[in-house]
Amino acid sequence: MTAGRIVAGALAPHPPHLIYAENPPQNEPTAECGWETLRWGYERLRADLAERDVDVLVVHSPHWQTYVGTHLLGVPHFDSISVDPIFPNLFRYHYELDVDVDLAEAIHAEGEREGLEMKMMRNPDFRVDYGTIVSCHLARPDWDLPIVGISSNRSSSYYAVEVMQEMATALGRATRRAIEASGKRAALLCSSSLSHRHFTDEAAVPEDMSREHITSHALYLWDMQLLELIRKGETRQMVDIMPEFITQAISEMDAGSFAWLMSALDYPTKPGEIYAYGTVIGTGNAVVGWFPEEVAVS
Amino acid sequence: MSAPETSQAVVKGLVVPGLPQPLLTPEANEGYARLRGAFERAREEILESGADVIIVYSTMWPSIIGHQVQALARPKWVHVDELFHDLGSIPYEFRIDTELAGGICDSAHARGLTARTVAYEGFPIDTGSVVALQLLNPGNELPAVILSSNVYADRSETVVFGKSVVDALESQGKKAAVVVVMTLSNRLFTRFIDPTEDRIHSDKDEEWNQKLLEFFAAGRLEDVAQLSREIHKQIRIPKVVNFKPMWWLSSVMGANNNYEGKVHGYAPLYGTGGAVISLTPAAAGVGIKEFDEGEVEVFTGNRDVLGGASPAPAATATTAAEPKAARRAGAAPVHEVPAGEPATALRTDAAPKPVGAYPHARRVGDLLFLSGVGPRQAGDDSIPGGPIHDEQGQPLDYDVYAQTRAVIANIERILESSGSSIDKVLDVTVFLVDMDRDFEAFNRAYRETFEGIGATRTTIAVRALPTPIAVEFKVLAAAGDA
Repeated sequence: MTAGRIVAGALAPHPPHLIYAENPPQNEPTAECGWETLRWGYERLRADLAERDVDVLVVHSPHWQTYVGTHLLGVPHFDSISVDPIFPNLFRYHYELDVDVDLAEAIHAEGEREGLEMKMMRNPDFRVDYGTIVSCHLARPDWDLPIVGISSNRSSSYYAVEVMQEMATALGRATRRAIEASGKRAALLCSSSLSHRHFTDEAAVPEDMSREHITSHALYLWDMQLLELIRKGETRQMVDIMPEFITQAISEMDAGSFAWLMSALDYPTKPGEIYAYGTVIGTGNAVVGWFPEEVAVS
Repeated sequence: MSAPETSQAVVKGLVVPGLPQPLLTPEANEGYARLRGAFERAREEILESGADVIIVYSTMWPSIIGHQVQALARPKWVHVDELFHDLGSIPYEFRIDTELAGGICDSAHARGLTARTVAYEGFPIDTGSVVALQLLNPGNELPAVILSSNVYADRSETVVFGKSVVDALESQGKKAAVVVVMTLSNRLFTRFIDPTEDRIHSDKDEEWNQKLLEFFAAGRLEDVAQLSREIHKQIRIPKVVNFKPMWWLSSVMGANNNYEGKVHGYAPLYGTGGAVISLTPAAAGVGIKEFDEGEVEVFTGNRDVLGGASPAPAATATTAAEPKAARRAGAAPVHEVPAGEPATALRTDAAPKPVGAYPHARRVGDLLFLSGVGPRQAGDDSIPGGPIHDEQGQPLDYDVYAQTRAVIANIERILESSGSSIDKVLDVTVFLVDMDRDFEAFNRAYRETFEGIGATRTTIAVRALPTPIAVEFKVLAAAGDA
């Protein structure tokens, strides 16, 4: 068996608005337009992923929140509807997906070797969280690849962001080792926005782009600081400033998704490909890709 | 500070935990079984209280766009908790008081809050609400309403939301048992444990929990509410902004300490403090203290981050004669008027999009002719009270009262966008798809608005309407300046 490898990693935010605006057949509500910059950026990410031979998508989602341990989807097939609890008017998406349970179990085992609390989710009635659904759809709308779904352990709520980073970093190492041992070619999705302060009102027409902007200039500055580091390939510095970023930008990266991705990719030094930056109901979102085959050797 | 006048609309207050162990695995731990028994005694108290409805405020249902109110008549699902999925699945079907759900939203708007109903098949009702209703109302003996907990709301917004609930109850002449879903200390273990080893996470959490139980047993609800910020710091992990359920409960129950408190049960739930507590309004209690934080009647916080525009659903009608540039400069969202449509045609984003090539209204002389108006909601086309059939044409249970209220609300928006108002309606033609089933409930909703207006009316049964709705109105009204 040839060694498996991570062929791509992506910052793949999950605002359901992007699917709403795209009008895929799976989603019940329909829109006239909206958030084109981000959606077109996702199109370019899709094209770059499609050029690579990918066997499986591995996604870490802030919206599967587990306060005890890290959990992985452990049922081979799901078929249900995902309704966004915050924006049900925009997102009622009928999904059908396959899970690579073997790889999930391998990550589970490697996570335990790292000393992490791990659990497989075996309940067939379980509903897959909308963050996982949105990121996977936008990265691969054909759903022709199995996924591995990883929950976000909320250790930052109990200890500190630094503890979360350590645990997510360990999970990233575990993920990388499991993929390498599997012989599979995996694309990793960090399902996360950047700054995360929402509007608390919604326009009568949600896709009215005249109402869309970042919630505050301070949050924009923080988003740009992170994107500058991505442009320079300074991913370790990004992880270093993450505790402050999470506090200052009210970021959902306290879920650990980004620290997990960077650790799994072993902190790429080549600039990430920034496909798009835009806001969704006031939050900052970027679509970014890293392709380890192209990492510069220093 | 004098005692605030207590509404008679809330006859019982309850605090219950939302974790699934008492429902799914009561046999796993003596404490879980004790809580299960406590739920049963609380259920009996509700049945004896004379309540017409159960209102659940769940800290496990976070919302962002104001507060959300469940308004699907019969939500049904097989629920699995995202953390304790290994304990099993929870099939449920609830009976929702859609009339009260709509009324709470209306009252919230009147007090300056953002709120909306959600009425979607498959909406993910949170574990806490599911557990509470399964154990407190297993046979749907009473209808229920479920309310979200807004992530960004602090005290004033939460207190005013409580008052909105009372407004709605009083206007509909209903009595409620109100249920807050929360644990006391909420620190879970971060390692998997054997249920037999469950205990409160720390001595500090246990000491605070005991102090809270002492307050509740003495009926000191407002005292607990005044301590919310301190409780949040001491025994709550910062999942959401501040510890707000006691603000809501005290507000909805009258913001005082005059209750008969009863702790039906208290036990550890995976490290958290689970308690089933009831509060019954009493003539007297420990009395009013010198509270630090006072009453709030209307929410005036500035949430207007959308750029100075009025929040939805306020909107302005536009006409074809109005220049595009002028419309772009305005704050209100507007639809383009199709080329060739006369200047007297009126369209508004405050009402649902037309399903064909016609405007919402047209003015001729002093008269306004409205196109047929249904209950669909602007923006998302949802149908309050639910659709009458699914996509395969299979019949669904629906609430024609809620649909009729939504129709009338849409008519009001179109008329107001056109410079007129509901009291200027002259003639109404009503189309019902099922006269035998729906006339009584439709007529009741109609009377609430049109009694005294004196509009003529004709009611007709039809085989079907273009969308899966049960009722549509055709309206003729006088223009606002007529």
